[in-house]
Amino acid sequence: MLRYTVRRVGQLVVVLFILSMLLFFWLRSIPGGLASSICGERCTPQKIAEIRTVLGLDDPLIVQYFKFLGRVFEGNFGVSAKVIPGTPALDVFLQRFPATIELAIGAMLFAIVLGIPLGYMAARRKGGILDNAGIVATLLGFAVPVFFLAYLLKFVFAVKLGWLPPSGRQDPTLRATRITGFFVLDGLMTREWDAAWDAFKHLILPSIALGTIPLAVIFRITRSSVMDVQGEDYVRTAEAKGLATPVIRRRHILRNALLPVVTTVGLQTGALLAGAVLTETVFAYPGLGAALAQSFREKDYPVLQVIILAAAATYVLINLIVDLSYAVIDPRIRTTGAAR
Amino acid sequence: MPVKRPHRTRRVFAAATAAALAVTLASCASSSRDTESIASQNNSGAEGTLPVGESSGGATGEPASTDGTIIFGAEGAPSMFDPLYATDGATFKVTRQMTEGLVAYTPGTADIEPSLAESWEPSEDGLTWTFKIRQGVKFHDGTDLDAAAVCFNFDRMYSQSGAGATQAQYWSDTMGGFKDQVDDAGAAVPSIYSKCTASDAGTAVIELTRVTSKFPNILGLPSFSIQSPAALEQYDANNVVAEGDSFKYPAYALEHPTGTGPFTFSKYDTANGTVELTRNEDYWGDKAKSKTLIFKIIPDESARKQELQAGTIDGYDLPSPGDWEALTAEGNQVLVRPAFNVLYLGLNPKNNPALLDLKVRQAIAYALNRSEFVTSQLPEGAEVALEFYPKTVDGWTDTVTKYDYDQEKAKSLLAEAGQSNLTLNFWWPTEVSRPYMPNPSAIFQAFKADLEAVGITVNETSKPWNGGYLDGVDAQQADAFLLGWTGDYNSPDNFIGTFFSDPTSRFDTADYPWGAQLSEELATADSEPDADKRAELYVTLNEKLMGEYLPAVPISHSPPALVVSAAVQGLVPSPLTDERFVGAYKTN
Repeated sequence: MLRYTVRRVGQLVVVLFILSMLLFFWLRSIPGGLASSICGERCTPQKIAEIRTVLGLDDPLIVQYFKFLGRVFEGNFGVSAKVIPGTPALDVFLQRFPATIELAIGAMLFAIVLGIPLGYMAARRKGGILDNAGIVATLLGFAVPVFFLAYLLKFVFAVKLGWLPPSGRQDPTLRATRITGFFVLDGLMTREWDAAWDAFKHLILPSIALGTIPLAVIFRITRSSVMDVQGEDYVRTAEAKGLATPVIRRRHILRNALLPVVTTVGLQTGALLAGAVLTETVFAYPGLGAALAQSFREKDYPVLQVIILAAAATYVLINLIVDLSYAVIDPRIRTTGAAR
Repeated sequence: MPVKRPHRTRRVFAAATAAALAVTLASCASSSRDTESIASQNNSGAEGTLPVGESSGGATGEPASTDGTIIFGAEGAPSMFDPLYATDGATFKVTRQMTEGLVAYTPGTADIEPSLAESWEPSEDGLTWTFKIRQGVKFHDGTDLDAAAVCFNFDRMYSQSGAGATQAQYWSDTMGGFKDQVDDAGAAVPSIYSKCTASDAGTAVIELTRVTSKFPNILGLPSFSIQSPAALEQYDANNVVAEGDSFKYPAYALEHPTGTGPFTFSKYDTANGTVELTRNEDYWGDKAKSKTLIFKIIPDESARKQELQAGTIDGYDLPSPGDWEALTAEGNQVLVRPAFNVLYLGLNPKNNPALLDLKVRQAIAYALNRSEFVTSQLPEGAEVALEFYPKTVDGWTDTVTKYDYDQEKAKSLLAEAGQSNLTLNFWWPTEVSRPYMPNPSAIFQAFKADLEAVGITVNETSKPWNGGYLDGVDAQQADAFLLGWTGDYNSPDNFIGTFFSDPTSRFDTADYPWGAQLSEELATADSEPDADKRAELYVTLNEKLMGEYLPAVPISHSPPALVVSAAVQGLVPSPLTDERFVGAYKTN
């Protein structure tokens, strides 16, 4: 188990190193660039030259890269120029990270809480109304672009009906206390119930928008997995032995059917950042996705680099966690080497 | 065997139902904020779009309470809160409420009026300016404003070096060099500023090295605000550091801005993207009518619009001209600023010597159907530009050569110049919308058709605004390009001086026989101390610019706007985007 984990972490470091190099050179090959972004609209060629000199942007790229790497080893990823100007890029990441995690949890909860039971029910009554409706709904879920759905949800529930806030994370007039950066959690910890409730309300629409595709995927996987499992010999054996139906369903069908679902949940969680870029932009939700889009648009390289590297690290880590949880759920994996 | 519903499944469903119920409950709960509902806004019968330059100020209603909160949607995050180092509107929008200069711009105009200076007097030669400093004014940290504090600020600005000098762009743009700044050849970079002396607590004397038309108008710019010397020193205000790809600011600029204005800095909640300011109860003038002013950062324009429609913000800046009508119909007030900008078609002969011939440049000017463009693409109140700055600026004249749309004249001029087969590399920017240029793509398409109609072949180049467009134009790669400018203060030099003083600029006037002469004429006019004579010089210059030089074709002046809900009163739209929230409040 330990050796396996160490090997996977080693892979992570190599991946990040290669990625940092590719990122650094690719970003700096795009026309425009940070100096003109900092310089702004009132810029003159002389002013840009001055900024480039002061920031050392005229050095050869390879020299700049190793300077960057040297700073990274000191924990310094540079300073944000546009997203939260003047703030260290790592701090920008750490501030925006809880927002996106909160949103991702909301989206995955929405997807799991609806996807697994509905998928299970659809499989148990194959060809029934729920099954057919579910198939059509998931097709729609795959087909509708995230930003369009986000826009539609916002228009209907925030602008027209006024039930939910249209964007942001929290009503600024509540002056909530910040502890962890997870607004709902902070509200609960400080007993500022209105702040927690308000943060929760701000999460609902973006969570639905972001969770729709994972919901469709989880529904489909659960449905087909349950169908496969309930035809297995051991289920028939269990029925023949006269085991109670709930026991069969819980212990034999659901437990075995959930294995591929767990993998899917892991992969979908990793893929959420891509959806978060659009969702957060539409909902003006100050998380990593919005920061990623903005930092790319406005050439805020320090922030862009931190987010992409961290996203890659997170993705690899989630894969690792999924593989390890496999070992916990499926005893066969534990006995075939990976876990020992 | 009867099929029984499994307990586990039932529990999962119960959880799902509970979650769904929570969503529904949340949906039904009303917000605790005192916002107007859309329905009531629709029935408010607000007058909607105002005539250019008119304010909604204080016309009707009383503040709902003196403890009210105004939430304004900002288009971007502030760079920091020390205006000396800022160049962007998002930062100035916030700092303008907290800091003040020696002079201020009269609300709704570009004219100056007393602010921290009660009065001022230039010497005969225009080189020495004596300012009477307002007494009884306190900085937010409780220290007193006096002449010494004013001079401390000007000396601080002038003494910037290294990264600080790089970032203090408004100083270098208007005043020139810094104290110890030298150019590549080791010579001192000339500065208009010489020194500031506090002759007594109430008198500050600023000496200049040469006369300039910009003085004292530029002293109303946010960058030249007077800030607390004690706070500047305590929080290490000058410690700007170049680090990696960007600049690191000191604690003063990030957390402790300390001015004299009607609002004080409360906090910048970066996690929630909001900046909160609180009324300054010790303000020297009329105190703010709202207790709290919050700027909510919403970069996406349609998201800003929907927040206003949902009632979660009270207003936002730069609504798209296409939305003005709908926003007004919903009961909001679109506050139109007087147009203080210009859009132009820049020309550069560097890679296209045909453009060295005045007849060719004139042919291009005649070929463009500018009045059609203004009518069809710009908001109400926009005008065709006769010259490079709007009517309200000194030296504007209608005695310039006019280029009314005339295809035949354009063709005959091209024929006379032997350029009937002219090819033009025409650049336009993507991923941008500016107040003077709402839709670059549509502008380009219209002008491309106009140019092709007179036989000019147009080679199109489009690049992202900050992804090669500005860099390419400044590197003189384009023959023709779309750009513009929003004025900072009321001086011709702020427009034509900015464009054409430097012969090596994006217009490459160095390649024309008159390029150096134009630079000299601009400097001469700017240095004339007598206002009437100066205006005459600018009239002559404008006539030459449009008749003999024509380094670019001025297109239009377009009024930008901001929008507020029906409940907001007392916000006066400014041509300089210098809106002050001190008088803004919400009615019931």
